[in-house]
Amino acid sequence: MILSFKDKRLYAIKEKIETNTRLDHNDGLTLFDTNDLIGVGALADYVRRKRHGNKTYYVYNQHINYTNICKNRCLFCAFARDRHEKGAYMYSVKQVRDILIQNKNDRLKEIHMVGGIHPNAPFEYYLDLLHTIREVRPDIHIKAFTAVEIDHFSSISELSLTETIKALKKAGLNMVPGGGSEVMSNRIHQELFPKKIHWSRWAEVMKAVHAQGITSNATMLYGHIETPSERITHLSQLRKIQDETNGFTAFIPLAFHSENTKLSHIPPTSAYLDLKITAIARLILDNFDHIKAYWVMLGEKLAQIAQTFGADDLDGTIIDEKITHSAGARSSKGLTRDQLINMIRSAGFEPVERDALYQPVRSNP
Amino acid sequence: MNNVESIIDAVFQGERIQTDAAEILYHNAPLLTLANLADQIRYKKHPNPVVTFVVDRNINYTNVCISRCKFCAFCRPLDHQEAYVISRKDLDHKIQETIDLGGTQILMQGGLHPDLPFSFYVDLLEHIKSHFDIHIHGFSPPEIDHMARISGLTVQKTIQALKKAGLDSIPGGGAEILVDIVRCHVSPNKCNANTWLEIMKTAHDEGLPTSATMMFGHIETPAQMIAHLMKIRELQDQTSGFTAFIPWSFQPKNTHIYLREATAWQYLRVLALSRIVLDNVPNIQASWVTQGDKIGQLALTFGANDLGSTMIEENVVSAAGVKFRLSKEDMIRLIQSAGLQAAQRNCVYEILHWYPL
Repeated sequence: MILSFKDKRLYAIKEKIETNTRLDHNDGLTLFDTNDLIGVGALADYVRRKRHGNKTYYVYNQHINYTNICKNRCLFCAFARDRHEKGAYMYSVKQVRDILIQNKNDRLKEIHMVGGIHPNAPFEYYLDLLHTIREVRPDIHIKAFTAVEIDHFSSISELSLTETIKALKKAGLNMVPGGGSEVMSNRIHQELFPKKIHWSRWAEVMKAVHAQGITSNATMLYGHIETPSERITHLSQLRKIQDETNGFTAFIPLAFHSENTKLSHIPPTSAYLDLKITAIARLILDNFDHIKAYWVMLGEKLAQIAQTFGADDLDGTIIDEKITHSAGARSSKGLTRDQLINMIRSAGFEPVERDALYQPVRSNP
Repeated sequence: MNNVESIIDAVFQGERIQTDAAEILYHNAPLLTLANLADQIRYKKHPNPVVTFVVDRNINYTNVCISRCKFCAFCRPLDHQEAYVISRKDLDHKIQETIDLGGTQILMQGGLHPDLPFSFYVDLLEHIKSHFDIHIHGFSPPEIDHMARISGLTVQKTIQALKKAGLDSIPGGGAEILVDIVRCHVSPNKCNANTWLEIMKTAHDEGLPTSATMMFGHIETPAQMIAHLMKIRELQDQTSGFTAFIPWSFQPKNTHIYLREATAWQYLRVLALSRIVLDNVPNIQASWVTQGDKIGQLALTFGANDLGSTMIEENVVSAAGVKFRLSKEDMIRLIQSAGLQAAQRNCVYEILHWYPL
């Protein structure tokens, strides 16, 4: 695996990993506490290679944010606007159709669509968005609406959670993104996003989604006020849900960007933390198939390195990223397929183009 | 002795790595294995978990240059509307500002100007030294080569004159790749590899410390990159005059070499290999200017023990489209969030100020 660990405590964790013993809370604390970043990376790389060998996945995708109008106004968000605030927007169904048509000749495989919690839009609007995407792109995977949005739809439609999800599925929904749980902690919920659904509801929605045969991702927003212990608790909660449903496909650590938010005094995450979280997620989430290095937040250079710290997925082309860039991200707003392939191949990994459900879609040139 | 594991064992036992083994490591060792090896060597040399930096400013006295290297986006011809030679007023202002910001040195470099006489450079140094108490790290070997030509002096006499006028140390720029076939392509009008090395040897003999650099990620092969490291190591065996080695990757924007920038992966491999090969150079610097703060921080566990300079002003790399900024506070935070202790140093790596963990 590696020559020697600088931190001898890692030998005990290595032993557990090699014998497929589940890591506990204390192991997680050790992994966060240690300064042996290379050692933690080597452990995660071992697990990553056992599961995926040399393969790194990427997707030809496009992000669409149908509105930035949101009544939740989480403290960490730079994207949301009030209805009459300057810069507030909401796409009509026709505008979404136009965005899709602009890009019609591409080999797009996934639409990633999320938006704010709009105070007035009816449930039909969201169903129409799905219908339209399905009409313009009959074969594409639609990954849309976080658990927070789905909970909102259930309340405006007055349908049960299950009926809401069934209606979305019928309208074309294929997969659900992992956002909205932030950090599953009562303290952080109170301090940073009190108006958003509690994590217990987030878990309930995800379980209901999985029960309908729809897979989802899971995320964690880190680098704000959370403690290492709270991060581990979050990961353990996800692992527990996954034990029950097996419906999560990928875990995506989200590095907090503070510019233009109410938490702008918080400095950017360090590369050490970014890579540690990636690696620790890989080690704790032993029942998750994929760990994503989200290049929008890590930057292209660090995302490339994350491939040897446990990540096996680099997300995708994205085309026009809005949310993290409104909080000061310095990465590109989109990448070409060639750029993604180069990030993977020049690090000695094998690029595998996938669809939203992580099925390989084509052999690479 | 030709597989990765036996090479690593040998390096661990303190055996000096040779060219063929270095190539094998560079091509075949996993990234984290290279990091692990480089990191352990770094801690053998510097047992304390301290990362140093210097507060300084780059002052480019002119952008007029007859060398016109293909990788350069900074130089201008004499008659270009953006061509300049710094005025005394601007120079004084920049130095005073540096001192006011807690700076201890200036890095003074410029193009190879066709018309400025040797006295211009001597006067510049004397002027600075008579007005300011500041360390002058200046004039890379191609500039000294140019000054020797225009003055008709030997390299030794040129360096002696510069030292007498106030030059304190020499930056390692202009080395690019110290293999002439590469230089013929990317910097045909600049001094050749031997001249660069001879100027550094002379500077060391005259008691001037210098750094050494390497610009990789353009047309060189890995073998040529390793040959560069070997030449630095060889000279260092003779003189011990190099304080630090700084590898950085070619930045292709606005230049005449149309290539993709080297990836972070390649940068970290080269950095780690530099630490492994250069067993006689005390300090290895991370290049946050070309890599950004994240990879700059990561470099600290790939063999680097120094973050270079805060660069109150930087013009050359930013002309090639890269504009990373890092304040002194950012730099301290970067070091501390890697679990390391930050310390401000001077040009010869003496600690001026410790920052508590």
